[in-house]
Amino acid sequence: MTQVRVTVDGVNYADDVEPRTLLVYYLRERLGKTGTLVGCDTSNCGACTVHLNGQSVKSCSVLAVQADGGEVTTIEGIARDGKLHPVQEAFNEHHALQCGYCTPGMIMQSIDLLGDNPDPSEAEVREGIEGNLCRCTGYQNIVRAVQGAAQKMKPGAHADTPATAGVAGGGA
Amino acid sequence: MTATAEPTLEVGRARVRKEDARLITGRTRYTDSITPQGTLHLFVVRSPLAHAKIVGVDKSAAEASPGVVGVYTAADLGVEAVGLPCAWPITPDMKSPQRPLLASQTVHFAGEGVAVVVARSAAEARDAGDLVEIDYDPLEPVLDMEAALADGATLVHPELETNENATWVFDSGAAGTGGSVEEAVAAAEADPDSVVIRRRFRQQRLIPAFMEPRSCVVDPAGEQLTIYAATQVPHILRTMTTVTLGVPESKLRVIAPDVGGGFGGKIGVLPEEMLCVALAQKLGKAVKWTETRSESLLAAHHGRDQIQDLVLTAKKDGTLTGFDVHLLADMGAYLGLVGPGVPILGAFMFNAIYKIPALRFTCTNVFTTKTLTDAYRGAGRPEATFAIERMMDELAVELGRDPMELREQNWIKHEEFPFTTVVGLTYDTGNYEQATEQAMATFDYAGLRREQEERRASGDSVQLGIGISTFTEMCGIAPSRLLGSLAYGAGGWEAASVRMLATGKVEVVTGASGHGQGHETAFSQIVADQLGVPFEDVEILHGDTQVSPKGLDTYGSRSLVVGGVAIHMAAEKVIAKARKIAAHLLEASEDDLEFANGSFTVKGTDKGKAIQEIAFAAFMAHDYPEDMEPNLDADAVFDPTNFSFPHGTHLAAVEVDTETGRVHLRKYVCVDDVGTVVNPLIVEGQVHGGLAQGIAQALFEEANYDEQGTLVNGTFVDYTLPSAADLPSFDTATVSTPATSNPLGVKGVGEAGTIASTPAIVNAVLDAVRQFGVADIEMPTTSQRVWRAIQAGKGHSTQETPVDTHSPGAGLGSIDPNNPQGEVQ
Repeated sequence: MTQVRVTVDGVNYADDVEPRTLLVYYLRERLGKTGTLVGCDTSNCGACTVHLNGQSVKSCSVLAVQADGGEVTTIEGIARDGKLHPVQEAFNEHHALQCGYCTPGMIMQSIDLLGDNPDPSEAEVREGIEGNLCRCTGYQNIVRAVQGAAQKMKPGAHADTPATAGVAGGGA
Repeated sequence: MTATAEPTLEVGRARVRKEDARLITGRTRYTDSITPQGTLHLFVVRSPLAHAKIVGVDKSAAEASPGVVGVYTAADLGVEAVGLPCAWPITPDMKSPQRPLLASQTVHFAGEGVAVVVARSAAEARDAGDLVEIDYDPLEPVLDMEAALADGATLVHPELETNENATWVFDSGAAGTGGSVEEAVAAAEADPDSVVIRRRFRQQRLIPAFMEPRSCVVDPAGEQLTIYAATQVPHILRTMTTVTLGVPESKLRVIAPDVGGGFGGKIGVLPEEMLCVALAQKLGKAVKWTETRSESLLAAHHGRDQIQDLVLTAKKDGTLTGFDVHLLADMGAYLGLVGPGVPILGAFMFNAIYKIPALRFTCTNVFTTKTLTDAYRGAGRPEATFAIERMMDELAVELGRDPMELREQNWIKHEEFPFTTVVGLTYDTGNYEQATEQAMATFDYAGLRREQEERRASGDSVQLGIGISTFTEMCGIAPSRLLGSLAYGAGGWEAASVRMLATGKVEVVTGASGHGQGHETAFSQIVADQLGVPFEDVEILHGDTQVSPKGLDTYGSRSLVVGGVAIHMAAEKVIAKARKIAAHLLEASEDDLEFANGSFTVKGTDKGKAIQEIAFAAFMAHDYPEDMEPNLDADAVFDPTNFSFPHGTHLAAVEVDTETGRVHLRKYVCVDDVGTVVNPLIVEGQVHGGLAQGIAQALFEEANYDEQGTLVNGTFVDYTLPSAADLPSFDTATVSTPATSNPLGVKGVGEAGTIASTPAIVNAVLDAVRQFGVADIEMPTTSQRVWRAIQAGKGHSTQETPVDTHSPGAGLGSIDPNNPQGEVQ
């Protein structure tokens, strides 16, 4: 067992874990963060995407011990004071989800993408979420949602949006 | 001014989905997230070989592994005689092998379970699973359908004495619904003014690949055994668990919590589910199984996998005269729940929208040592649509005709509805001209044809291809009596209840079991309009046999057109009951009451009662009519009288890089007629997703087996689902000729995009490269296949034998498209 200290969605945790434990299973099974999902075992689908120290990672490809000392944000931690993140809102408004299984990872990746590129073209969105698979939507409404969120998140677009602070992810 | 404003109707409104709230915040409960305290975890030890005798199983090392509760074979569990159900014996003499929970003597496909490990954690179960030693004596795999049917072939199930599961025939001549195909073909062969087109197409094997891996938890605590399952069919799963294991149905509760997609892939009754039931009973603890993605691709049922031998006859003026369809359909090693019937669902759709006077359909189902096949989005109808839509293009090429003009010549005209087809189905409504006209205009068909000519003339390295698919399909499964005539092992009805609560809120119980379709939103819209209550006041309850005790679940684009209609019927009954109480309270005759916008009013007066007031009065029960119970709640079961026949015109433009073979989907336009649209946002989403899956069959996906019978693309690394970067934005629209077969006027939409799109893409790819002598390209039309086809067509050597384009039936056929009359030059 190895000790890991990690902040997840604003809460500090200290746990002993098997060194082989993947971050996603630590989140789901130890912390009860079941909003983050597992869709494959080869890091292709991206359903497990979370933010680690402000950047999106596929949490099935990170050991829990690699997150030691770090800060993790999951889909459960991006709404603030009861207000949804603009990307969450946009996914609803643009019907960017059906079964919802890819949605947590897709939203976390989209937030990261918008952190890097606040005004992406359609092609840039498609490239930016290429590592996250969706079987329901054909992606078109996901692309619309990400671009719609980008407009909302532009500085000055909405005074009350959390903009890119804290949960926006993106570049170093 | 505002006082007289009509309330906005919910039906037709692009409501954002109410179910999204939990899905976008992670407040979800998918099956793998359910872990009752003390849950034990199941790992299945699977055969790496396709066909082998099991010589011995050594469990000792696994049993000694930390955290292991037990390691079991079928014999250890006493389930050797248990067989999983097939509910569709398509012929009386259908050959049906026992499909065991775990293989005991022989494994019949790579991925079949042989033993299970039960342990404290999933990781410990998996660790121990690696320590189970199984000795196999390999047998010859059976992989090719035609070889499997040949004399002397290795038998998948020797006790059946054949690899043929069944042969099912429909002949319009024999059925009296049309002419004889034999006569049509003979006549065409003898007639110099007719053509006979013979083609062979392959429907490759696909994997449904829902995003949520399959999972189940069986909890034996309580009087009922509770099964949580990632399933499309909780009601069917409950009944079939009884059929399979003998647990009384009344002792079973099945819950389908949040379910992450299905596409037909979660319609089955799984060996793993039954093993969890058996082990939960044996051990007295909750038992959970969640598959890995690799297990899912390997062992969850696959779809499609047909060889289609087709003969289409027509007059040289383009008039279709007959269609003879002969299929081989790969069942895999065992029969799935409805597997043998999947090709039969296509039988009635090969004539599609066309007036074909004679049709024969013959399908032989074949056993192989591969993963079993069963329903995948469209189930039989994509295969049929592909066949006819590809053949219409082949005929157009043979005759030198524009492919759309040829279709229009043969399709059912809008004024001819209702139209009884050559297979005896009655299409209630449709307007192919309307959908086509709009699609052609949006697509700029004429402009793209001009560009195509220019690129051809200039010898551009990037050639343009235009593909058409004018599809229809039959869905909304289904009239129960008709299913009975096809020997289907269930009815096709759906159940609903509508309950008015004391406070005026509404609970709607449906037997349809959604897993991403947007049922909660669409059904709420229907009920809100009917009862005149706010959308937000309607709650949709489903997916738990204790909450929704009666239902036949979700598949075959049936949720709205069968389940939604049942809800509509139940709500009508609620209104009828409320009317009696309203009349009583208003001291008026029922006939003098009008019901609109949620209120009963006495005609010609301002006296009225809102339905919520009536609900409260019924709850209080202080004052209600003598001849009724104080209750507004109502149940309904809707058994449809006909299928639903959505249709549409789909147009694709692809750019083919002739130097690399790469296909770029440049433009996709479709106009679909799905009858009355309840929620345009949801319809659009269903079409988008359907298109993506149909396009993926044309361009990207195939489950490949090597010569040993091993699935070689058993991960998402190599089973290539399209990503966002692989697809364009689609231009979708709807037109509407409301269905007359149901009171809502609705038609199914869930499968339409998948059914329509595959032939549109392949027709477009071929349209781009036929000029190089290419006759056909098997799906998926990958860069390599397209490049090879171009090289071969040009007569250039590739590592494969060049394609023969001159033999009869090899593709370009007997008629030169540039010289359709066959004049000597």
